[in-house]
Parts: sequence; C-alpha cells; structure tokens
Amino acid sequence: LLDTRYRVEIPGGIELEALVVGPIPRCFAFAIDIVLRQMVIIGLVIVSIPFDFFGVGGGLYLLLTFLIEWFYPVAFEVLWRGQTPGKKTLGISVINDDLTPVTLGPSLVRNLLRVVDFLPLFYLTGLVTMVMNPRFQRLGDIAAGTLVISVRESARPAAVENIEPLAPSTSLLRNEQTSIIDFLHRSRQLSEPRQRELAAILEGVTHGKDDDGVQRLHRIGAWFLGVR
Amino acid sequence: MKQQRFEEQHGPTWARIEASLEKPGAGDNSKVLAEHYLLLCQHLAIAQERLYDAALIERLNSLVLRVYRELYRYRSETRFNLFAFFVRDFPLAIYRHRYYILVSFLVFVLPGLIAGAWIFFDEDAVYAVMDSSQVRGLERMYDPGAEKFGRERQADTDIYMFGFYIKNNIGIAFRCFAGGMLIGIGSLLVLFFNGLFIGSVAGHLTRLDYVDTFYPFVIGHGSFELTAIVFSGAAGLRLGYAILSPGSYTRLDSLRRAGREVVPMIYGIFLMLVIAAFIEAFWSSSASLSITVKYTVGSLLWVLVLWYSFSGRRHESR
Repeated sequence: LLDTRYRVEIPGGIELEALVVGPIPRCFAFAIDIVLRQMVIIGLVIVSIPFDFFGVGGGLYLLLTFLIEWFYPVAFEVLWRGQTPGKKTLGISVINDDLTPVTLGPSLVRNLLRVVDFLPLFYLTGLVTMVMNPRFQRLGDIAAGTLVISVRESARPAAVENIEPLAPSTSLLRNEQTSIIDFLHRSRQLSEPRQRELAAILEGVTHGKDDDGVQRLHRIGAWFLGVR
Repeated sequence: MKQQRFEEQHGPTWARIEASLEKPGAGDNSKVLAEHYLLLCQHLAIAQERLYDAALIERLNSLVLRVYRELYRYRSETRFNLFAFFVRDFPLAIYRHRYYILVSFLVFVLPGLIAGAWIFFDEDAVYAVMDSSQVRGLERMYDPGAEKFGRERQADTDIYMFGFYIKNNIGIAFRCFAGGMLIGIGSLLVLFFNGLFIGSVAGHLTRLDYVDTFYPFVIGHGSFELTAIVFSGAAGLRLGYAILSPGSYTRLDSLRRAGREVVPMIYGIFLMLVIAAFIEAFWSSSASLSITVKYTVGSLLWVLVLWYSFSGRRHESR
C-alpha cells in the first residue's frame, strides 16, 4: 500500500499520525544546508587568513570546520526542534520514532552514520535504503530510531456557508456519512466533471442527475455536518 | 452530537491553544501544556470514535502532535549528566562492549606488532607500507636534533596542531564507528590499516634508534588516543554484529537497539580524543620537558585509562 502515514499509540491513549517525508524534499533540504555550510566555511577562510594561517587563526579554522562538518545537523536538530535551516525551509523535521522530539544521542547516531549513507557517492546507499523502507529511513535513521516527518499545516477545508441542508431519503452508516462530508469539504479540490462522476454513483441516494446530483449531495453533507 | 456543534463548542479552545503555541516560550509551562494535551487527546478520541470527517481529525491530530512534542521536549532524563556519565555510564558501556573491544583490540594491535617486528628486522620492509617520501618525512620529524617533535612540522603554534589533531583524529574515529554499518567490515579495515601504519612507524623508528624522540612523544596522548580508536572500532562492530546476528529481533529492530546502546560510547570516544588532542598539541610536542617526566606522566596516564576502562563491571550487578 502506498501510504506515507505513520501511526503510533501515544500515552494519551490515542493513535497519533504523522506523514513521513520521502527523498525529494530531504534532498532539497540537504542542498540548502550544504550551501549554508559552505558559505560559513568560506567566511571562516576569509577571516582566518589575516591571522597567521598556520597559527591561531588556522587552528580555529580547523576546529570550526571540524565542528561544522560533523555537528552542524546535530546542533540544529537538538536545539531547534529537529530542524536544520534547510529542513525548516521545506517544512520537515527529524523526530524519534515514538514521535517525541529528537534528542542528542539519536541525532548524533543518525548524523555520524551519514558517512555510510553517502557511500559509494552522492548518498546512493541512503537513497536506496530510504526507498526500500516504508518509513523512508536511511541507514542512519534506522540505527538511531528516527524519522523525518512533515510539520507543514495542511490547508483548512472551506467553511460551509449558504448551503441549505437536505435530509437524505434513506438512512446511512456513519462511515458513509463521513464520506459524504469529506466530499463536501473537498469539493473545491475536485474538478466539476469528477464531482458529477462521483455523485452519479450515489444517484440512488440523491435522486438527482449531474449538477443537481452534486448539489443535493453537498446539501446532504451539510445536513450530516449538523447545519440547520 | 453533530460535527458542526462539536466544532462550534470547542473551536475557540483549539484556536486559543494554537495561538499559545505560537508564542515564544510556549513549552515552558508544563502544567498548562499537560492540561491542553489531555483535553486535545480526549477531543481527538471523540472525533475518531464519532467518525467526524478527515479534515477535522487531521487538524486535531496535528495539534496534539505539536503539544506532545512541546511536552516531551522537557524530559529530565534527556539532560546530559556529565558526572553520572563519567562515573557510571561510560565505564558501564565499556564493560558491556567488552567482547567487541577485545576483537577491535586484536585487529588493531596484531597487524601493528607483526609489521613493526618485521620492519625492525628487515630494512626494506618499511617501503611495503609507505612510500619513500613518507619515510623521509617521518625520519625528519623525529630526528633527535629537532626542537619540537610532531607529525608534521608545518605548524608554528600548538593551537594549529590542536585543531589539526581534533579534525583528523576524531574524523578517523567517527568513520571507524560508521564503517560498522557495513556489517562491521568498514570498522575492521580502519582498525587494521591504522594499526598496521602505527606499528610500522614504531618499528622503523626503533630500528633507526630514534627511541628517545619517538616514544616520549607518543606515550602521553597514546593512552587516550589509541584506546579511543579501539573503542570506536568496538562501537562500530556492535552495529555490524546487530545486523549480522539479530537474535530474536528483526534486523531493523536489532540495529535500532544497538544504535541506542552505543551512544555512551560515542560521547566517551569524543571526549577521550579531545583530551588526547590537547595532550598531543600542548604536552607531547614540548621539547623543554625531560624524557623522564614524559615517560612518568605518560605511564601514569596509561594506568589511569586502563584502570578506568576496566572499572565498569561493578555497575552491572544491581
């Protein structure tokens, strides 16, 4: 099944859902981070040249490039809610697989193992494991027990206004009612021909054809939603 | 209750919670957070149970997730306790990795010993490991006539070398650990070749009788550095073995468990190598200290590191 939903039961006694994120947004986020990192490193070179490069300036340069090379993602993930600047731009975030915020240990593991995901070149290993894994985890993620999820808010459904509710002629099951409400909420994302097509399936319920059927289905949806 | 009534009734509450999450420092008041969390969990459960539509459930779900993440950001046990780490966690982790450490130690030391002994007795054997320019560079570095000893005399100040040692040595240790993901082979290769190289250097310099410059230089930081390399190999092997032999777990779960267990080792290795780089840059390279002082301090450091490494067992029995 092609589904990016990841479900976990949390201590509230409910199942929480998160959307795991695939390779493409993660690549973009990584590209942004790489550019940022290189800019900082170039800045460091410029700053350290006036100082004696084989002296204090060079020592600090080596120290800072070491820290940036290995700990840039760790620092951001732990201190900035699982987001490096690149991830923040893409609206994605690293999280433990119980959906708690990522902590120092797991973040360290996933980022040190980045070296292996990079092999043999350009993150080929990471890409292959990510695509083979239902949760889109690269090797580092598997060992650390972390996921990358989407934290972008999805669009709110349009407010239901100016629709006169209509009681259906037959009684319907709860999940059937929910489907009709969903149909109403998603009506702006569906093309009109597609809506007519879907409404045609329910002609027995709406007793209307084409646009009339769609209209009636919307009104029934409003009725189930509780509009009076 | 119809969905719209439900939304009308609780909508303002959700909006208020959403607004409060936007404010900086939203996660600081854990009491309020906990109340919000329980309330939202209940609402989400109701919405799921009554089969309200997907959009509402999604909204509540993402709200619960946000509050949940704020709430668990403040777990006290995730704060790093340095004292407990030094006294208990790191020695215990070393003890639990003892078999991996043994393998790592053997793969690191045996090639070094064999190569070292061979090169000590056979003048030309060193060229099987290094090329001639490397050998000449090495001989120049530890020439007893020089003022300061070190790997490369390209540096004028100790701070530069400190940066160099940090970047180089910790990079090697991290790669050695990460190589464990290749069912351990990466770690074994890094250990083998580093052991081989270090043994060859020691064998060659001993044959040239540069003993008084080489050994006082390496004995001090060697205690921390060589031990940490062996530990990083062991941590890598732990991952590799978790993949190879998952026991009653699935391979993925086994790897995940191992990934959690090696974390204290990584902290420890990192700290040990920082100490080693510090000693190497500011102590080992100093030519003003007498050989006797260096040998004495170096031996004491070895005793300290070895005693510490073997001190974890008492924490295991509860």
